[in-house]
Amino acid sequence: MTTLLQPVRRPPRSRTAPPPRRSSPQLRRRRLAEGALFWALILPNLTAIVVFGYYPTLYNFVLSFTDWDFVQPAPVVVGLDNYIELFQSGSMLMDALRNTAIFVLVAVIGTLFGGMAIGALLAQRLRFSGLVRTLAFAPHMLPGAAIGVLWLFMFDPNYGLSRWLFSMFGMESPSWTTTSDFSLWSITIAYAWQRLGFVAIIYYTAILDLPKDIYEAASLDGARGLPLFRYITLPLLSPVTFFLTVTGIIAAAQTFDIIATLTMGGPGTSSTTLPWMIYDQAFVDFNIGTSAATATVMFVLLLIVTGVQTKYASKQVHYS
Amino acid sequence: MSLTIDRKDELESPGAPPATAAPRPRPVRRRPGPRRPLPATMALYVLIAATFALFAVPLYWLFSSALKPEHEIYTYPLTWVPSSLEWSNFADAWTSAPFGAFLRNSIITTVVGTALEIGVALLSAYAFAFVYFRGKMIVFAVMVGSLMLPGHITLLVNYITISNLGWLNTYQGLILPGIGSAFAMFLIYQQMRQVPEELVDAARMDGTSHMRRMHAVVIPICRPMILTATLIVLITKWNDFVWPLIVTSTSDMRTLPIGLMFLRSQEGYDAWGPVMAGTVIVAAPMLIVFFLAQRRIIGGITAGALKG
Repeated sequence: MTTLLQPVRRPPRSRTAPPPRRSSPQLRRRRLAEGALFWALILPNLTAIVVFGYYPTLYNFVLSFTDWDFVQPAPVVVGLDNYIELFQSGSMLMDALRNTAIFVLVAVIGTLFGGMAIGALLAQRLRFSGLVRTLAFAPHMLPGAAIGVLWLFMFDPNYGLSRWLFSMFGMESPSWTTTSDFSLWSITIAYAWQRLGFVAIIYYTAILDLPKDIYEAASLDGARGLPLFRYITLPLLSPVTFFLTVTGIIAAAQTFDIIATLTMGGPGTSSTTLPWMIYDQAFVDFNIGTSAATATVMFVLLLIVTGVQTKYASKQVHYS
Repeated sequence: MSLTIDRKDELESPGAPPATAAPRPRPVRRRPGPRRPLPATMALYVLIAATFALFAVPLYWLFSSALKPEHEIYTYPLTWVPSSLEWSNFADAWTSAPFGAFLRNSIITTVVGTALEIGVALLSAYAFAFVYFRGKMIVFAVMVGSLMLPGHITLLVNYITISNLGWLNTYQGLILPGIGSAFAMFLIYQQMRQVPEELVDAARMDGTSHMRRMHAVVIPICRPMILTATLIVLITKWNDFVWPLIVTSTSDMRTLPIGLMFLRSQEGYDAWGPVMAGTVIVAAPMLIVFFLAQRRIIGGITAGALKG
């Protein structure tokens, strides 16, 4: 949920007028008092953010150059060893990177297409569409653990909905979560189902907000149907699409609870993504250095995505 | 661009439709009126029904399975409507895992954690909006910048910190790392900037203190956004997974989502009834909160996404 904000582009204007320039001892005291009050109000939040946000990020970077297992008295500095090991071909990181890339791409592209279609459908204001809107958004509010366990049952090849669905086409349900050919797809499908309604509602809201006058002009020119969508609606929605792509990548790349309840990264490493590997290395295998180095790799990748967003977000000026 | 079209519209739209328009001007397609041809309407309703099924069927499956007798879960063809409601699934889930403790821990960490996070968010949002300090926008950038730190990079070191403090498997260990607030602070701050300056100035002229102004003027005006932020934070905390997973080590300290994961690995494929009942226990409170306050929640989330 914290990925929803776009970065602040310009510093907000200050609403607190500075005290008058002419400085008397009284005024100076008042300004000092304001400053003290400012810090007093900020401090609880700032402390929590620094102690549990910035400091861990920096110290994680330090740990990535060490070897430790929680048991030894102190981490041993090993230089770049962790990174060298991680980037060898056939390493767990390579699997995790590939799985994360597939998971993120399929989930993000799938929810963009599906969400845009559903959003456009809901915007037709048919009867019952309010009900469908509510229902579609509900999975986004549910714990990922509940989504994961629900889909675990639905994917059950003997007694789950999957068997029923496949039997309609005369096929047998694959063992989604227990075979390495399908495990990655199982977490992708469950995650996409959870996110789809959210994307659809964002598109729905954006479509209702589109400037009406352009559509009036276009319909005077005889544009309708698919060309209208292709040449008017789609470009007008491009800022939303861009935003959903970037935040979607960031959110999907950090998915953990669905993986933990559906496949636990397995079988083997077939559904191990970066977040699962970070957890697995640190808290199952106790390879602290490897986990820290993996987390650093993930952080750098996400920073690149965020950087792309800040660089291009301001250029998306189809409507403002 | 839109401006010029606006002008043109204003010139043309009053009075009769322009003579150059198509012979039968049709209503705008985007907001179709009753003019939509019947087959198109039917096709749209088929699509709406399909969308409904896409989301309703899994949710129905969850609730119906939680209430099915065991033999109706383990049969094929599937049983869609339970022949009798089997509430004992809930009792089984409750006894095979300490769900009472899970529920208590979830409620404590969610309520206390949300109260603390919204509290620090309110204080800092007020400071940024109304208290004079020359370098405050640098501090603001530092705090909002923390949104870019992914949860998984802080995981390991936070575990070490909490461990060094001796707080593993305690409520303070569960709650405190999560109270720093950039998202809720940002939402509330944006609302506070909309508060009419005259109101705050008037209160200042009356000689009230900052605390009194925040309490009597600013917070009442910003109440809708504070409520929205509270709901979003509440849901996030209830759903939180990876931190409670690593920081708790005994079943009497686990929260519901973690408890569910352990119930799944204990009962797993053998007892879907109780596992689905446990899933309902984990999911139902958020479903209720969502259905009660859906306008506020959806509005808050989409506004955060679209206006940023």
